Amino acid sequence: MAQYETIRHDVLIIGAGGAGLRGAVEAAARGASVGVVSKSLLGKAHTVMAEGGVAAALGNVDDRDNWRVHFADTMRGGQYVNNWRMAELHAKEAPDRVRELEAWGAVFDRTPDGRILQRNFGGHRYPRLAHVGDRTGLEMIRTLQDHAIFERISFYMEFTIISLLKDGNRVVGALGYQREKGLFFVFQAKAVVLATGGLGRAYKITSNSWECTGDGIALACDAGAELQDMEFVQFHPTGMVWPPSVAGILVTEGVRGEGGVLRNGLGRRFLFDDIPPLYKDQTADNEEEGWRYTQGDKSARRPPELLTRDHVARCIVREVREGRGSPHGGVFLDIAWIKQKIPNAEKHIRTKLPSMYDQFLKLADLDITKEPMEVGPTTHYLMGGVRVDGDSQMSSLPGLFAAGECAAGLHGANRLGGNSLSDLLVFGQRAGEYAARFAKDASLAPVSESAVGESIRQVLAPFENGAKGRGESPYRVQAELQDMMQELVGIVRVEDEMVRALDGIQKLKERSRNLRVEGNRMYNAGWHTAIDVRNLLTMSEAICRGAIERRESRGAHYRVDYPEKSEKFAKVNTVLHKGEDGAFKLRLEPIKEMPAELKQIIEEMK
Amino acid sequence: MTATTATFSIWRGDRQGGKLVEYQTEIAEGMVVLDAVRRIQADQANDLAVRWNCKAGKCGSCAAEINGKPRLMCMTRLSDVPTNRPILVEPMRTFPLIRDLVTDVSWNFEKKRTVRKFTPRKPDAPDGTWRMAQIDVDRVQEFRKCIECFLCQNVCHVLRDHQLFDEYIGPRLLTHSAALEMHPLDSDHRLSDLRFTQGIGYCNITKCCTKVCPEEIKITDNAIIPLKERLVDRYFDPVAWLFGAGR
Repeated sequence: MAQYETIRHDVLIIGAGGAGLRGAVEAAARGASVGVVSKSLLGKAHTVMAEGGVAAALGNVDDRDNWRVHFADTMRGGQYVNNWRMAELHAKEAPDRVRELEAWGAVFDRTPDGRILQRNFGGHRYPRLAHVGDRTGLEMIRTLQDHAIFERISFYMEFTIISLLKDGNRVVGALGYQREKGLFFVFQAKAVVLATGGLGRAYKITSNSWECTGDGIALACDAGAELQDMEFVQFHPTGMVWPPSVAGILVTEGVRGEGGVLRNGLGRRFLFDDIPPLYKDQTADNEEEGWRYTQGDKSARRPPELLTRDHVARCIVREVREGRGSPHGGVFLDIAWIKQKIPNAEKHIRTKLPSMYDQFLKLADLDITKEPMEVGPTTHYLMGGVRVDGDSQMSSLPGLFAAGECAAGLHGANRLGGNSLSDLLVFGQRAGEYAARFAKDASLAPVSESAVGESIRQVLAPFENGAKGRGESPYRVQAELQDMMQELVGIVRVEDEMVRALDGIQKLKERSRNLRVEGNRMYNAGWHTAIDVRNLLTMSEAICRGAIERRESRGAHYRVDYPEKSEKFAKVNTVLHKGEDGAFKLRLEPIKEMPAELKQIIEEMK
Repeated sequence: MTATTATFSIWRGDRQGGKLVEYQTEIAEGMVVLDAVRRIQADQANDLAVRWNCKAGKCGSCAAEINGKPRLMCMTRLSDVPTNRPILVEPMRTFPLIRDLVTDVSWNFEKKRTVRKFTPRKPDAPDGTWRMAQIDVDRVQEFRKCIECFLCQNVCHVLRDHQLFDEYIGPRLLTHSAALEMHPLDSDHRLSDLRFTQGIGYCNITKCCTKVCPEEIKITDNAIIPLKERLVDRYFDPVAWLFGAGR
């Protein structure tokens, strides 16, 4: 029989980024005993890398802003396939969630009259992002962490969850292992919250950290939960492209918010050449007006550099493919030029964008106050994920909740910058609240010994290969998958390439049944990679299946074989789940009719 | 871009013992130490234990000692270390070893709970919000840049050489205390703890912590010394000191 220890909590939270920590604080405040399982050390989760800010209609900088405008911006950015209920709750509750962080010690940049300062960002009509220079994510995660450690929360650092445990259809716990010694633990819980973030590591070029292997979504999927809109993967327009070893590292949109401009290899601001009709009225038609907007002129419209990420990324790809790129296959992002406009520009850049300044100086020998940066698209964010109820964040399985990037709905086909940090606060809080409520009415359920034993047997199998010197390196399978997804299911998609990718994934799946892990179970990176690969393969297949089915171009999902939006797909989400036989089943789920008052807001803001 | 080969001498082992093992790998323009270590892990040593997350200097996970110098592996470029002889990569020495390059830093997390939490004054405005001037938040924002890599704890001789883990909280947590004490909204007091249970007196301002901080926080000058000054103001009457009565 398999060896493991058992730990019991009312609410088990998987993931210790912003959503997980906010959920934990909420559930603990409501009296639940809370356990937080964290794949890394506390405070290292991918939230820490968020740069530009957290979107909330505080109206501190422009008092024309309010939740209605934020709601309309989010829906427009998501091309109207968002879960409108989530977009409504998000816009209404984000300001309170941000102010609450200040009460817990966060120190945001200030307006001249001492309130929280807000900056411009792509797709947001007014300056809306509360920020701390360009390290907002660090400020948020540290604030939540330092608050949470004084609450009734147990932290399990460097634990990895391998599978969810069920009693009938209800999720009643999870099996995990502790990295330091390689020991197994069963967590029994009345409610389980997934807060595991995204899956950028399915691609070769990504801004995402080591952790982002889609674990929670894959765990939910394997347990039979429904996924939604997996085809919507955001490629951030500005990642570093040079030198190769840093390719993909994020360059914050804040650079453009502060007046940075994009130029092609010929020196042209190419974004002026292609402004989508949905944004024509809100976008400057000359460089001077765009500059005035970034400097707070309320009568000016925003420069095209601040159009939504999907559009800017595609325009960059076009420039590069048509031979107008920069020397290393990107385009130029120039903030140094603002010295023509303002005195003390160098100091201003270093104050507003300190970590960008450091990052380029240390990693690329480039001084951004003097020279333009070279940038190109990088895999950044998953709009899709676990399908949840908008109010409670509960998945299609009772007792299983999801919040933050691993949950689908809020962002539709494309996320606006800054809406991710607000997402994890608003829905982290909600998931914590509803999980605690669910736990109050539920009891701990027995865990299936045979399911635990089978899971343990599966994850230990690669050691047998290692001992016998046969099988495949998990690193190799992972690298091949990343190359393939990058090439075949990237920014520009077409059916036959994605079908090839699906075929390739099947072959890699076969090979992944024969992985090899060397050494023992103590802090074994190869073993962990073998588990990551399993999740990444599930996620990659889900992305492909959603992307093949959505025969149109919308938001981040762009297909050359269907370059236009379609009426049919405007009204549906793609919903995937694994059937009894383990094969994916896909259906097109009609989006629920929006209430008249929300429709009216969208009409008014057009 | 020219590919050349470099040798890395990496510490392998656990609490029972270990040794330096040499690996050769290809290096290319722009690479950092972490890139090379990961390449070695993928190609030659699948079970090599190394902690990393963001690879962009933002999370502070990959602290190690490179050629004897405490640094982040992700921010140490190979162009900045000599590659004509083996590059030495070892775990932080101050903390108990788990395996290879990974150490047990949990003491830092436990100790943080001994620093009294942020306690704001009553809100300034009827809507429950506060007002703060940018100039006042600038000071604490410097401390809040900390990415908790614990390199400062690793080099502090009070911890590294004297192992006073029970009596002293170290530069990281002194900086954390300073961020709270100087927070414009905070209303709690931490000086008594700093003096009597957290051992601020052990710091004799050698500034080793400041030198290794990847965030370039002036730990000693801006965090620790001002705290020490506040302590002196509070506990030691300067006139009495002048006459030798304070001792």
